[in-house]
Amino acid sequence: MNTKSGFRTCPTTGLKVHSAAENLIKANAVVAVVFLLIGGLFGLSVALTRWPAVHILPAEWFYLALTAHGLDVLLVWIIFFEMAILYFASAVLLNSRLAAPRWAWAQFVLMLSGALITNVAVLQGNSSVMFTSYVPLQASPWFYLGLILFAVGALIGCAVFFGTLVVAKDEKTYQGSVPLVTFGAITAAIIAVFTLASGAIILIPTYLWSLGLISNIDPLMYKLVWWGMGHSSQQINVSAHVAVWYAIGAMVLGAKPISEKVSRTAFLLYILFLQLASAHHLLVEPGVSSSWKIFNTSYAMYLAVLGSMIHGLTVPGSIEAAQRAKGFNKGMFEWLRKAPWGNPAFAGMFLSLVMFGFLGGISGVVMGTEQINLIMHNTLYVPGHFHATVVAGTTLAFMAITYLVIPLIFRRHVMFPTIARIQPYVFGLGVAGISLFMMGAGTLGVPRRHWDITFADALTSFEFSNAAFLMLALNGIFACMAALGGAMYILVTVSSVFFGRRIGDTEKVQLGPATGTQAAAAVASYGSAGTLKIPGTVTLVGVFFVSFVLYYFVNWKYLAELWPLK
Amino acid sequence: MAITPPSERIWWNEPVHKVEIIWIVIAFLWGITMFFMMIWWHGTGQQNLSNEAYRVQPFQYAEKVDAMIAAHTVRQEGAFPVVKPPPGSDVYLMARVYMWWPMLELEKGQSYRLHLSSIDLQHGFSLQPLNINMQVHPGYDMVVNITPTTSGEFGIVCNEYCGLGHHTMTGRIYVVDRT
Repeated sequence: MNTKSGFRTCPTTGLKVHSAAENLIKANAVVAVVFLLIGGLFGLSVALTRWPAVHILPAEWFYLALTAHGLDVLLVWIIFFEMAILYFASAVLLNSRLAAPRWAWAQFVLMLSGALITNVAVLQGNSSVMFTSYVPLQASPWFYLGLILFAVGALIGCAVFFGTLVVAKDEKTYQGSVPLVTFGAITAAIIAVFTLASGAIILIPTYLWSLGLISNIDPLMYKLVWWGMGHSSQQINVSAHVAVWYAIGAMVLGAKPISEKVSRTAFLLYILFLQLASAHHLLVEPGVSSSWKIFNTSYAMYLAVLGSMIHGLTVPGSIEAAQRAKGFNKGMFEWLRKAPWGNPAFAGMFLSLVMFGFLGGISGVVMGTEQINLIMHNTLYVPGHFHATVVAGTTLAFMAITYLVIPLIFRRHVMFPTIARIQPYVFGLGVAGISLFMMGAGTLGVPRRHWDITFADALTSFEFSNAAFLMLALNGIFACMAALGGAMYILVTVSSVFFGRRIGDTEKVQLGPATGTQAAAAVASYGSAGTLKIPGTVTLVGVFFVSFVLYYFVNWKYLAELWPLK
Repeated sequence: MAITPPSERIWWNEPVHKVEIIWIVIAFLWGITMFFMMIWWHGTGQQNLSNEAYRVQPFQYAEKVDAMIAAHTVRQEGAFPVVKPPPGSDVYLMARVYMWWPMLELEKGQSYRLHLSSIDLQHGFSLQPLNINMQVHPGYDMVVNITPTTSGEFGIVCNEYCGLGHHTMTGRIYVVDRT
């Protein structure tokens, strides 16, 4: 139902959807998926080159592909998708019009031009400086210029998001406080402003340096400020994908947060402490003191980790409570067994939650311990860790919510439902393998960003163990599996968006076993009252905690076996 | 639901369930434990970085390396001089595209003041198969007091990308038993 005001009412959720917001969500999501495809192909070629028996790319191409892979997936795919999430969580969830749609289109155009300029610079071959572009290694000026345009575009997107919040509040389009998902998106946007400002502070002088207008950029200062962007942008992802977990729990199962206060406080901890993480990249660096390292690397006594550990209880806990309210009450795990595992939105979300916690979260905290970093810094353990957080965590969560965005925003039925059903499992298992085997290789000392660990052309040789080569081969095999999962995702989304059967203006869509108002009614009664029972979640969290503690101390033991250093 | 405004208008006054409170307390205490573990290790652990670092011009650092090579070279291995500095002395290892210069021979059980710096780009000092990894910057001289406790031949790999020949950047440290 399109009204004159440019709104339609969604027959499934009852939300009023502003057409300008809807178009921007579509545009940003489509571009995001295109860059996921490009970046994913570069990633596959990198993994196949690391696999010693295949070793597909020559050295120059390997370093070029690795640079492009980092840019296109870590930055372009994720930030474009996050722009779609920001517009969704503000305009759509708050029934509001989007503030300044023209500025939002400026965001889109700037980010797209920036992404294209940087990609062309990389493909020309003189900017293989990796995603991090550590000075004094120098790329072509276009490389930095593209990134600056991209960052400015994203900053405009954040401004439109904040503007929309003001408009919604002013025009009273919702009652009471903003929904939890919107609160999570606000967290992401606040961190994004900090992130993009750090990016501007370091990339603008670096751009001038590449033009020859500035003579020197201090390499340590560059790293400190660059990671204010590089690591904090991963914290945008964490906030955004935690918000997506809550959103999928709500849309598919009607889950209600166990406690609004606790979940919002956890997001607040992100805003206050996550930005200290630049230190994670400076733990074995000269010129920064141990006190600085310890305070910053632990996010001031692990207060941001506390936030994530809280979400680790409240997200599955709210799902368990919703399932139990619907009658899945038998034993400890009936609620989980009878969860909608055939629904790709739910399956992707739950896999993302488990892998982010167990693989990404634990490895990140352990690697970010000041002294333990000595046995992991710049080994393949590092990409092993962040593929668990950014790919298994963020990317899989974004893929999962796409299965809801297609019917709700693109208003098309999802095509190839069988492929869609198994896609999260194929992709999830592939990424779990990539992550575990890279961490394994890193533990054995294999360096990251390295074309040839046989050192065939080196002046002196060194032989890594056979186990290290086996890890790289397994990494290659699981990368193929993840690529297959990625291809399935792109097949389903692209065909559905362009050729899927249209959903009528009044047609309701079934997002999960119970959605909409009847689900909300079913779960509205639980909450923080004394009746809450979530024994299954408590057990899962207990298993997580024991794994965390064991793995943490095992690594201290590995460290203790090194030569004494002081 | 999480996608709608909170059902209780005054949500911040709702009581928090016991399960949540217990988990928050456990997670907080675990964070404190991990925090103090790092500090405790500085007092009792054997593996800590020194915090000692100096600004240095690349050419000055290269001069120190050359002086050490001139004074303590014991043999030549291909293009590399092998330097055996006296125990307890300052040992200068230089990173450059694409080599670790020179080769070092250290005595087991002796301590050395190992200096690390680069004369061009950033490099990654990665001692294998021990897996000790440190970042090496141009313009900064980092000092680590190192005591080899195992003898044998150790490879130095570069684990910070430093250009198209990055994968050919290697070096070597020998650790010999005391004579």
